[in-house]
Amino acid sequence: MVDARGLSCPLPVVMVQKEVNKTAPDELEVLVDAKVCVENVTRFAASCGYAVTVEETDGEYKMILKK
Amino acid sequence: MSKRVNIWVLIAGFAVGVAAVLLTFLGNPANMGFCIACFLRDIAGATKLHSAAVVQYVRPEIIGLVLGSAILSMATGEFKARAGSSPAVRFLLGGFVMIGALVFLGCPLRMVIRMGGGDLNAFVGLAGFAIGILIGIFFLKKGFSLKRSYNVGVTEGLALPGVVTALLILVIAAPGLFAFSQSGPGSKTAPFYVALVIAMAVGALAQKSRLCMVGGMRDAVLFRDFNLLSGFGVIFVTVLLGNIILGNFHGFSAYLQPIAHASQLWNLLGMVIVGWGSVLLGGCPLRQLILAGEGNGDSAVTVFGMIVGAAFAHNFKLAGAAASLAEDGTYSAGGIGPNGKIAVAVILVVLAWISLLNLPRKKKVN
Repeated sequence: MVDARGLSCPLPVVMVQKEVNKTAPDELEVLVDAKVCVENVTRFAASCGYAVTVEETDGEYKMILKK
Repeated sequence: MSKRVNIWVLIAGFAVGVAAVLLTFLGNPANMGFCIACFLRDIAGATKLHSAAVVQYVRPEIIGLVLGSAILSMATGEFKARAGSSPAVRFLLGGFVMIGALVFLGCPLRMVIRMGGGDLNAFVGLAGFAIGILIGIFFLKKGFSLKRSYNVGVTEGLALPGVVTALLILVIAAPGLFAFSQSGPGSKTAPFYVALVIAMAVGALAQKSRLCMVGGMRDAVLFRDFNLLSGFGVIFVTVLLGNIILGNFHGFSAYLQPIAHASQLWNLLGMVIVGWGSVLLGGCPLRQLILAGEGNGDSAVTVFGMIVGAAFAHNFKLAGAAASLAEDGTYSAGGIGPNGKIAVAVILVVLAWISLLNLPRKKKVN
């Protein structure tokens, strides 16, 4: 799981990139709390072949990245 | 990374380019239709934080950018008051970025506008900007972070939109409070309300598209994501074509360009500071204004740091002097004085120090 809540871009994408490069997970949960971070992580994840689903609760976003 | 480009980035880049050319045509200084650093510096002068008589004016472009971002983000529900990510360091970094920009004579946005105007000195600035961004990326990859921000009260989020609204009311109701340049770049102005409306539109588009001058190169290098970089390219092409159409383009040259100097080492190093500092901050000066409009208190603190940095740059003679031609035909390449050179060296050392001290600490194993 990558918890990037409160961090400004590009740090959430850097954290996801590190996790993907390190463990190449089939599924990865990412927590962010800004719409711009959702957009940026989604673009990066799509380029790595992940499908992304997003759930919003009280201004926080749970993203599930799946191969 | 995906090479898909968000259409809004292209639209925002085009709008910025058109606004820069149009505002220059309507009276703003040459190759300075839309410069965040220059215009914050002019506001610092108008509010008498510095006394450089040629750069004092309450620029409506800054007010419009912040309000455009605030209004759109409130309308779309994106306005969110948050702060608490190393505010004092962000204030310092804002000041450093401003001093670097005034050594070069322009923020990253003006750098692109100068490039589109045929100013070869700006291409040296671009090289420095790229070097600064690469240094910043090196530290990001090592884990650099100014730590997380938190949800805060709405007053924190309204700080900069509130300040620019107050500035707008005061400059309309009581202009005598402010200093206004009678000559020099500060005296060259587009009509106030036209500039305000254009800037509000650009502010809204920049908020919608997340346009950022430093983000373009940063994301291209880090993630092979060319989304934001496309906006950078569109601004350059739009300004270049606009200048050609209006007859303001006279080929590429480093000689006697408008409000620019040809002291290339300092053009380069000034923009190294801007690129490096902006990567550490997470965005260029334009992006900081837009984020502050969206309720980001950390970006508001950064903007306040930039205004103080501008005042320091002129009070302590750190800013660059433009190239000039004397009446007897003697050419001066311009550049910066000894104070500016020392400041650049000290800032580069402090940037390295901030970058190193904000890397993750290795845990001791007993």
